[in-house]
Amino acid sequence: MTMAATGSGRNGRRRSGAVWLIAAGATALAVALPFLALLVEAMHGSEGLWNHLFSTILPVALRDTLILLAGVGVLVAILGTGTAWLVTAYEFPGRRTLEWALLLPLAVPTYIVAYTYLDILHPIGVVQGTIRTVLGYSSPREFRLPDIRSMTGCIILLSFVLYPYVYIATRAMFLTQPASLIEAARTLGVSRRAVFWRVALPLARPAVAVGMSLALMETLNDIGAAEFLGVRTLTVSIYTTWITRSDLPGASQIALSLLVVVVAVVALEQYARRRQRFAAGAQRGGKNFERQRVSASAGLLLLMLGLIPVLIGFVGPALYLATEAWTRIGYAGLPPRFLSTVSGTILLSAAATLLTLVLGAAAAYAARTRPGGVSATAFRLSTIGYAAPGTVIAIGLVIVLGAFDRTVNALAGSWFGISTGLIFLGSGAALVYAYTARFLAISAGGMAAGLSRIPQSLDEVSRTLGETASGTLRRVHLPLSKTALAASALLVFVDCVKELPATLLLRPLNVETLATHLYGEAARGTYEEASISALAIVLIAILPVVLLSRVGSERNLRQGDVAPLPRSLPSVQQHHVA
Amino acid sequence: MAEQLHGNAKSPAPVLEIDKLARRLGPGFALGPVDLAIQPKQIVCLVGHSGCGKSTLLRLIAGIEQPDSGALRLDGRELAGSGVFVEPEMRNIGFVFQDYALFPHLTIEQNIMFGLRKWSREDARSRVAMLLELTALSAMADRYPHMLSGGEQQRAALARALAPQPSVVLMDEPFSNLDRDLRERVRHDTIALLRRTDTTAIIVTHDPEEALSTGDFVVLMKSGRIVQSGTPRELHDRPADRYAAEFFSTFNRIPGTYRKGRLHTALGVFPCRLDVSEGSEALAFIRPQAVCPCLAEGALSGSVRSRSFRGEIEQIELDVEGLEAPLTMRTTQRLHIRDGRLSFSIDPDTVLAFAAA
Repeated sequence: MTMAATGSGRNGRRRSGAVWLIAAGATALAVALPFLALLVEAMHGSEGLWNHLFSTILPVALRDTLILLAGVGVLVAILGTGTAWLVTAYEFPGRRTLEWALLLPLAVPTYIVAYTYLDILHPIGVVQGTIRTVLGYSSPREFRLPDIRSMTGCIILLSFVLYPYVYIATRAMFLTQPASLIEAARTLGVSRRAVFWRVALPLARPAVAVGMSLALMETLNDIGAAEFLGVRTLTVSIYTTWITRSDLPGASQIALSLLVVVVAVVALEQYARRRQRFAAGAQRGGKNFERQRVSASAGLLLLMLGLIPVLIGFVGPALYLATEAWTRIGYAGLPPRFLSTVSGTILLSAAATLLTLVLGAAAAYAARTRPGGVSATAFRLSTIGYAAPGTVIAIGLVIVLGAFDRTVNALAGSWFGISTGLIFLGSGAALVYAYTARFLAISAGGMAAGLSRIPQSLDEVSRTLGETASGTLRRVHLPLSKTALAASALLVFVDCVKELPATLLLRPLNVETLATHLYGEAARGTYEEASISALAIVLIAILPVVLLSRVGSERNLRQGDVAPLPRSLPSVQQHHVA
Repeated sequence: MAEQLHGNAKSPAPVLEIDKLARRLGPGFALGPVDLAIQPKQIVCLVGHSGCGKSTLLRLIAGIEQPDSGALRLDGRELAGSGVFVEPEMRNIGFVFQDYALFPHLTIEQNIMFGLRKWSREDARSRVAMLLELTALSAMADRYPHMLSGGEQQRAALARALAPQPSVVLMDEPFSNLDRDLRERVRHDTIALLRRTDTTAIIVTHDPEEALSTGDFVVLMKSGRIVQSGTPRELHDRPADRYAAEFFSTFNRIPGTYRKGRLHTALGVFPCRLDVSEGSEALAFIRPQAVCPCLAEGALSGSVRSRSFRGEIEQIELDVEGLEAPLTMRTTQRLHIRDGRLSFSIDPDTVLAFAAA
C-alpha cells in the first residue's frame, strides 16, 4: 500500500493517498450492502404476504413501537435535563459524586434492567413481599403492584437506563454556556429560577434532541426488554418472523418499516437541532455560569432527588445481580460453560473491535487526506450503521451472506466435489461483520475527532519533508491520536459485548456470548443462572462510563472538547469532515 | 456642560451613587473601596488596563456580583448595602456584554422583546419597533444573531438593553470585538443613540483615546481603585499623578531640581507646585507636541538623531546637550533641516511636574 502511494506521489500526476480513498469506498460499500440487500429481498415478497403483514403484525407492532418511543422520549428528556440542571446550576455537598454517578445506568443494558426488575418486582419477590408485610397483607391476592410486564413498565425501565444520553449532552451544553447569556437575562428582568425555563432550556434544546434521539435509537435496537416485558415492538416482530416462521421476505419488510421509523427519529433530531449552529456560534469563550450555593437542608434534598435515577437505574439492578451471582456461585460454583462463553464473547468482540478500528481509521483518514465529495460520502455511508438497529443489519446480512455462502458451497461442490458449508454464517465471521457495520461510526467518528485536533499544517510539513500520505498517518497522525483510538476501541469493544439482537440472529449454533446466554436463560425462566453473565456484562460496561466521566469533566468540556457521547460521535463529528 | 460635572453640592441629584463599594477578588487583590457619583444623562467611561477592576465594578453595579461591603444607590433606592441586595432582575439596569450575549435561539426582534414581558403587547411592539428603527435594524428583525455582522450585533445588544427603559446602561468593552474601521463608526452611532434617548451610560474600555473621545466624565482605575475622575480635558491636561499622565499621553521625562516653586532642568526653568522639599529631584513631563521648532537665535537646539514621517505629523528625536535620553518632538510643520541641527522652544504652559519616583 505504501509502495503504491509512494509511486503515485513521485509521478506527481495522481495525488498521494488514493489507496485511502479506495479503502474508504470499499468500507462504505460493505456497510451499505446489507441495507441494499434488505431492499431487494423485501421487494421479492409476494403481495399476499405483504397484505397479511399489513393487516396483522405491522399495525400492532408499529403502534406499540410508537407509544414506546413517545413514552421513553418524554421520560428521558425530563430525567436527563432535570439531572443535568441539578448538577450545573446548584452547588451542594456530594454534587461531584452525583455528577459521575448519574452516568452509571449507562452500564446496564436495557435487557438486563428488564430482566432484573422482572425478578425484583415479582409478585412473590422481595419488594412486593416487604410492602405487603409493612401494610399487613398476607398474600399477593390481597395486594400487588401493577404488573411490570406492561407498556408502562417498559417505558419506565428503559428510561431509567437511557436518560444518561440526554444527561451527558445537556450537561455539556449547560457547562459550556457563556455566563453572559444568563446574566443578560437577569439584567432584563428574569429571576434566577426562571432562567431555566426562559434561557437555559431553550438554548439546550439541540443537546436534548441529540440525547433523546440516541436514547430512542437504543429503544428501537432493544429486543430483550421488550420481549421480557411483553411489548411487541417492530424489533421483536422481526426476530419472531425470522426465527419462528423462517419468513425472510416478511422479516425484511418489517425491518424496512423499522428503518423508516429510524429515519423519522433522525429527521426529528435534525429538525430540533436546526439552530445548533447559532448556539455554537455564541460560545465565544468568556466566563461560565456559576453554581448557586444552597443551604444544607436544601442541598441534602437535591442530592436525594439526584440519586433516585442512579438507585433505580444502576444500584438496584447491580445489587440484585451481585447477590444473585454470589448465591449461585456459593451454591453450585461457576456454571460449566461460563468460561467458554466468556472466551467466546471476548474473541468475537476483540476481532470486531480490531476490524472496526482499521476500517474506521481508513474512512476518517481518507476524508482528511483526500477531502471532497467522494471521501465525505464514503465517511457518511460508513457511519450509517450507528442508527440501524442490530436486527435490521442482521437480517440484511443473513440475505447477503446466505446467498454468498450458498453460491460458494454450490460452486465448490460442482468443481471440486467438496462442501464448504456456510463460510460466513457458520463461523463467527458474519457476526464480526455485523458488529463492525453497526459500530464503525464510533471508531470513524473517534478517529475523525482525533484528527481534527491535529493542525493541517503538520500534514503539509510531513509531506514537504518527503513523507507519503500513509507514512504521515503512521508517523504523525497515529502517534498524535492514540488516545482517541484507545477510547474508540474501548467503546466498540464494550458495545460488542453488550450487543444482543444481532448476536441472537447471526451467532453460529455452537457459540454463546454472555448476552445470548443471559437471554436464553431468561427466556427459559431460569433467572438465577443468568445473573452471573448479567453481572459480568455490567462490570465490563462500567469501563466506558469511567472513560466518559473523565472526558466529560468540567475542565475538559470548558477547554472546548467535543461533548462525549458514546453513540453519537458520528453525528457530532461529521461536521469536521463535511 | 463641563461645569456641572464636578460632583459638587450644586449639581442635580446623582442617578447612581457608589459609596465605599468593595469586593475581594483573590489573595492580595481587591476592588475598592470605590466612591463615585454619576449624574443623569452622562456618559461615563471607566478606563484602565486589564485587571484593574473596571469590569468587576460594572458587574457589581449590575448585581451580577455581590459586594463585600459598601453601598450602591440608584435613583435614591438602595440596591446594595448593609443587609440589602437587590437581585439583578429587579434593578432596572441595562447591560451590554462584551460578547453581546444575544440569545442565539431568538430572532433579533425576540431578543429586544425579551425584557418587556411585563409590558402590554402593543406597548412592547411599538417600543421594539422604535428601537429597531433607531438602531437601523428594522430589516434584520426576523434574523437570528449569527446572521448579523459584528456591528449589527452590537446595535442589537444595545437595543435590547435599552428596551426596558433602564435608569442606567452599562457597557463592558462594547467596541472591542469590532474591526478598527468599523469601531469608529459604531462608537459614533452608539453615542448618538445614547444622547438621543437621554440615557445615562457607563462604558468600560481599556483604550485611552476611546475614553477621552466618548465620555462626558472619565474615571481612571488602577489596581482596583480610582486614580482620578473628571472631564476628559481634566484628565488629559491636568493628570493627578504620573500614572494618569502616562496613561493618556506620552511624555519626555526631563530630570530637574525643585527650588522655590520652580523646576530647574537642562531645558529651562518651569514654574510648578510640588509637595516636595527644597532642592529635591523632580521630573518635568513635556509633551512631544509642546516642543516647537523655531528659527530664532538663542533658543534651545539639538542634533537630529532620527526622523519618522507619519503623514499629518512628523516625529523627530533630538540629542540635546545635558540630556541622557533623546528628546522627542512632534510637529505638523514641514521642516527643512540643514547640517543636522534644529532649534526649538518649549511651551511652558503644558509642562507638568511630578516628584521623582
